[in-house]
Amino acid sequence: MEEIWNGFVKAIQLIVTLDPEVMEITGRSLAIAAASCLLASLVCIPLGSLIHFNRFPGKRGLVNVIQTLYSVPTVVIGLLIFLLFSRAGPLGDMGLLFTPTVMVIGQAVLIAPILVGLTITALSGVDNAIPETASALGADGIQAAVLTMREARFGMLTAIVMGFGRAISEVGLALMVGGNIAGFTRVLTTAIALESSKGDIELSIALGIILIAVALIINIALNRLQQRK
Amino acid sequence: MPNKTILRLLILLISLSLLLTVAGCTTAPGGQILSARERLRVATTTSLYDTGLWGLLEPIFEKKYNVELDVLYAGSGIALEYGKRGDVDVITVHDKAREQQFVAEGYGIERIPFAYNYFLIVGPASDPAGIKGMKPEDAFNKLADGGAASFISRGDESGTHARERAIWKSAGFDYEKVRKAGSWYIEGGKGMGPTLLMANEKQGYTLTDAATFLAFKGKLNLIPIVDKGSILLNVYSVIPVNPEKNPKVALNAQKAKDMVSFLTSPEIQKLIGDYGVKTYGTPLFIPCAGKPEPTE
Repeated sequence: MEEIWNGFVKAIQLIVTLDPEVMEITGRSLAIAAASCLLASLVCIPLGSLIHFNRFPGKRGLVNVIQTLYSVPTVVIGLLIFLLFSRAGPLGDMGLLFTPTVMVIGQAVLIAPILVGLTITALSGVDNAIPETASALGADGIQAAVLTMREARFGMLTAIVMGFGRAISEVGLALMVGGNIAGFTRVLTTAIALESSKGDIELSIALGIILIAVALIINIALNRLQQRK
Repeated sequence: MPNKTILRLLILLISLSLLLTVAGCTTAPGGQILSARERLRVATTTSLYDTGLWGLLEPIFEKKYNVELDVLYAGSGIALEYGKRGDVDVITVHDKAREQQFVAEGYGIERIPFAYNYFLIVGPASDPAGIKGMKPEDAFNKLADGGAASFISRGDESGTHARERAIWKSAGFDYEKVRKAGSWYIEGGKGMGPTLLMANEKQGYTLTDAATFLAFKGKLNLIPIVDKGSILLNVYSVIPVNPEKNPKVALNAQKAKDMVSFLTSPEIQKLIGDYGVKTYGTPLFIPCAGKPEPTE
């Protein structure tokens, strides 16, 4: 218990004194997770909408596959991205391995299924009466779809926040493709992994508390947004 | 509309973060992505990292050669693999047989030993297996024989793991059989530090390099049990990755050579030899660049 308490005290110290290294790592964690989330959202929300608004054979199966991929292990995506971007791999010429850029790409791939899947769920949750009424009033297919998407916007926001949460909290991929390079690719989770492997439990707990605090702030912001609906 | 304002704020925040990432957190030291400053990547065995040695050397090298140094820590096996794939420019490892193979196959230019120390078999002070003062091979024999105490293996293809297998072989064991010998043999699959912490939790034995042991000593209830035997010699080498085998790393071939000159320079050799004396009362590494490679 003492260890946990000391970790808590240390976390407060690190936050209050704006410890430059901790601030830098936290900033990098946020920036990488936000960038991957934005990248994934730009691709996945339109993609999820396309899947929802179109009828095609195998649609149900596709949605099942997407939902299964919600829980794809981070190390599996990590290995895949590593092999793709390693110098010996097909995209090796870009020289992106062990950079924050490849971490953004990897995390975007990791959270893509969540964003596509939850976008479909959000759109499916919209009352059918809304597009039907719009159509009856003379709206064309696209206008009806836009109306449905407007109604589903909070569900989509949930999708984005879920994706952000998975991106900022994962460690396997960040470690494999980022390499946990101090001052360059070290993020909160990989720093925790390193510090606890060094037996520096207090700093690990402190970094863990900061990570949870960041997640809490984002969730509170989302909740407030939804309550105002 | 208040929620629209918040939504816009969120979008702004995310875009800003993205910009920051792309621009590479220019305010953070060493955080540049689009910076013109060259980057050199070194993959190092964990013992040179966990002991803090690279933390000391990195800023000195960066300043002297005006280059961003990226230090990746991994077991020697993975470090060599990074080298083979061309993902790093230079490696510092401790596994002579595989290093020689790495150079012979053309992946590395040259193997240059720059420091050494010794491996130790550490365990609880009570020495439940009764192996104190034995030769490493005899100690392993007794550990396998009684099964009285657990042995934690790195089990991760690291240099230390390679040495452990060499001792089993020298003691007349088939390593594949040792792995399955019983619950006393535990494959940790972790770095040296975590393996020591695990051995401490289990109050078992493990093979460790002396430097990591000294650096972790304060957190452990373990003492050196076996520390004599020529098989326990532990030599660290630096190997620049061969640009001809990996044309894409040619960019940093010169900087990789700089790294070799740096590590073998008298000034840094002295720094390596003095490292840890203040904190642990004894040096962690013995410099050996320019001298014949130690054999025992």
